[in-house]
Amino acid sequence: MSAEGIKKEPLVRIAKRPELTKKKAALVKFSSIIMALFIGGLLILVLGHNPFAVYADMVKGSLIGKISLTATAKIAVPLLGAALAIAPAFKMKFWNCGAEGQITVGAIAATYFALYQYQNLPRPVLIVVMFVSAAIIGGFWGLIPAFFKAKWGTNETLFTLMLNYIAIGCVKYLRLGPWMEQGQMFPKIAMFKPEARLPDVFGVHIGWIMVLVLVFVIYIYMTKTKHGYEIAVVGESISTARYSGMNVKKIIMRTMFLSGAIAGTVGCMIVSGSNYTLSDGVANGYGFTAIVVAWLAKLNPFVMVFISVFLAVLKKGANTIQTDFGIPASASDVLTGLILLSMLASEFFINYRLVFRSKNKEVAK
Amino acid sequence: METAALQLKNLTKTFGSVVANDNVSLDIYRGEILSLLGENGSGKTTLMNMLSGIYYPDGGQIFVNGKEVRIGSPKDAFDLGIGMIHQHFKLVDVLTAAENMVLGIKEKGRLNIKAVGEKIRKINEQYGFNVDPDKKIYDMSVSEKQTVEIVKMLYRGADVLILDEPTAVLTPQETRKLFAVLKNMRDNGKTVVIITHKLHEVMELSDRVAVLRKGVHVGDFKTSETNPQELTNLMVGHSVTLNISREKYENPVKRLDIRNLSCVNEDGVKVLDDINFDVYAGEVLGIAGISGCGQKELLEGIAGLQKVSGSIKFYPPDGSTEQELVGKSPLEIIKCGIALSFVPEDRLGMGLIGNMDLADNMLLRSYQKGKSVFADRKSSANLAAKVVDELEVVTPGIDTPVRQLSGGNVQKILVGREIASEPAVLMSAYAVRGLDINTSYTIYNLMNEQKMRGAAVIYVGEDLDVLVELCDRILVLCGGKVSGIVDGRGATKEEVGLLMTSLGQKKEANEE
Repeated sequence: MSAEGIKKEPLVRIAKRPELTKKKAALVKFSSIIMALFIGGLLILVLGHNPFAVYADMVKGSLIGKISLTATAKIAVPLLGAALAIAPAFKMKFWNCGAEGQITVGAIAATYFALYQYQNLPRPVLIVVMFVSAAIIGGFWGLIPAFFKAKWGTNETLFTLMLNYIAIGCVKYLRLGPWMEQGQMFPKIAMFKPEARLPDVFGVHIGWIMVLVLVFVIYIYMTKTKHGYEIAVVGESISTARYSGMNVKKIIMRTMFLSGAIAGTVGCMIVSGSNYTLSDGVANGYGFTAIVVAWLAKLNPFVMVFISVFLAVLKKGANTIQTDFGIPASASDVLTGLILLSMLASEFFINYRLVFRSKNKEVAK
Repeated sequence: METAALQLKNLTKTFGSVVANDNVSLDIYRGEILSLLGENGSGKTTLMNMLSGIYYPDGGQIFVNGKEVRIGSPKDAFDLGIGMIHQHFKLVDVLTAAENMVLGIKEKGRLNIKAVGEKIRKINEQYGFNVDPDKKIYDMSVSEKQTVEIVKMLYRGADVLILDEPTAVLTPQETRKLFAVLKNMRDNGKTVVIITHKLHEVMELSDRVAVLRKGVHVGDFKTSETNPQELTNLMVGHSVTLNISREKYENPVKRLDIRNLSCVNEDGVKVLDDINFDVYAGEVLGIAGISGCGQKELLEGIAGLQKVSGSIKFYPPDGSTEQELVGKSPLEIIKCGIALSFVPEDRLGMGLIGNMDLADNMLLRSYQKGKSVFADRKSSANLAAKVVDELEVVTPGIDTPVRQLSGGNVQKILVGREIASEPAVLMSAYAVRGLDINTSYTIYNLMNEQKMRGAAVIYVGEDLDVLVELCDRILVLCGGKVSGIVDGRGATKEEVGLLMTSLGQKKEANEE
């Protein structure tokens, strides 16, 4: 035996900790957000501002006053909608990164009716048709990767991501080609006529009521129905699902259609509720931020409400501090990133603890 | 008294709230074979993993030849001459035996694979191995791979060899060969530690035996001064009787008629080749074979989970006309009353969902009932409570995730659920793998109860001792073919073991 002598105990090692109580786990999570805000504060300090003033301004700019509130809500509504859309897919462990594209194609479908059929249909029918067509096209867009996954086991993450670019490319084509508004300096698509715009309730388009209803519907769908149970089983183990007689392919395709359909209606809400036109960036990153929302909420629809409002506050607040302090809005993206990172890190600390090399052991030898 | 080659002092290791090893002290001497005996979950593997550098102890000391050491990585263990052979081999499939030997060893100069081969041949000669240095790992049988692992450790200069349940994957014949080389190594002054829960192996092989129970070292003996009953009692903590009843069921009826069953798996390999047999109501049909000989595919084929060709005729217990199962969907087959309580290699991979609670796991079988869009969670909760009650499942409640239960309790839940539907055919695979003795006997009794109720029970097992005691008939698979069907009463372990390895017996069996 080679005598290498006494090796030192490793400086830090990772050990699993006993399961924490819910209260303690919540405390760890809460302190992780505080930690993120603290680090973000340091960042603001480096930029030469008072962190407290900046944070206060963010809150003021996003939550105080009707104008701020409606602006925040207009961010929160599609974000929540998109998060609800991907929740069933994520529960099934089908990583739908294509909400962005599904929102976009939904918006395209709605825009077609808004631009070319508004004279032919009474307003309520028009709006219903816009939503239904957006849902069908969005659902179809979600169905494509699901079909390939079910049939040939393709990777859904790449597939859904790539479809996003195709959807955005379609909008570009329409904007530069068949749907271009005549007589404009810049090639763009015409604004919707008032008939094709969603009515407002309390200053925000009616979509906010729809997503709040959807929160309950998705919650019940995922936790109480047979479909929801099937989704959970497929997500946990495909072989167990097959074993218990489930038609896994059908479940994957059905769930992704649903996921895409909800995302499609979100697209309809955006074009007819807040933008009143179709542009390349119609999805505005909601489809991606929704992943963050769904993940942080652990797919619980009710928690998603709070998370999406929180992220909307950050985003709106970032615009405010940009004008008031001259801090670039991207600073709030950094802050969002920090919060996400520390929440993920808190998961680690909930499950594990670090053990440092104890000094007394060294002395004993 | 001579200094121990390895001395463990008060080793403690905890995982979360589970204490895997609690102040274990143990001396291991040069030139001995020590059996580490204990039920699953008693901390045998954890203890040895601390010696081989996989885990770092939370407390306690390790001495090698009287000198305290700290083992922080497998490399540290190698440097100290400690080598461990895990249940899952750590070999690179596409490399040859010789290439695997030198993998990860940092030696100066160019790699001389010929010299490696020479050294391997020398080790072969010295201990009686038969390793071909130039053979690729993927061309080797399980027992060959295991031999490569052992030679690898010797090649790297291990003085202490730890084997984690080495016989689990071997036939009786291969086991005997392994034991012979292990004894050779002992006689050459090496130290061998073998982790096992099989008593007869302990008695046959080892010089000394140490027993662990729930992470605590409860005693060690010279093997010659103890007996299986004493060891069992110590291992379990109270006395147990080791008998399986096997009653005879009157007038068995044919339930399944399987003809020309073949199966080609996803890799294009023929895993089942022209299988023919019948299954009767009121019998336990054992299926024996080295793992990976088509047992899984056979059961999955009957359950409709695996594409097969041939014919599986099912004779319903109500006497209605027979039905062809091949081509039916899993759901239709379930509705026929065919239950598969399948416990594959990774325990929770199929049949149960670890992250779901007991009630939701019961729902797996019943959720499709009824027309409502909502799942009926009430009756599944009732069933869960009933199974917990009747089979004495130890659980904090029916809303506990199954993964938090011990292996035995998981098994009871699974079998309990399958039995609850009063199946006409009950299939189970490796139903007692990893279970303690008490629970194993509970499972055997449940199988027997089902048999006496008139179910046809198909039992895929790996412990030949149990198979010859429990089963009415034993079908032996070898390389995807039926190499023989023997009567359980009167069959010997050796006879079955021979059938497991040789197809030559098939003809004789058929001619009889």
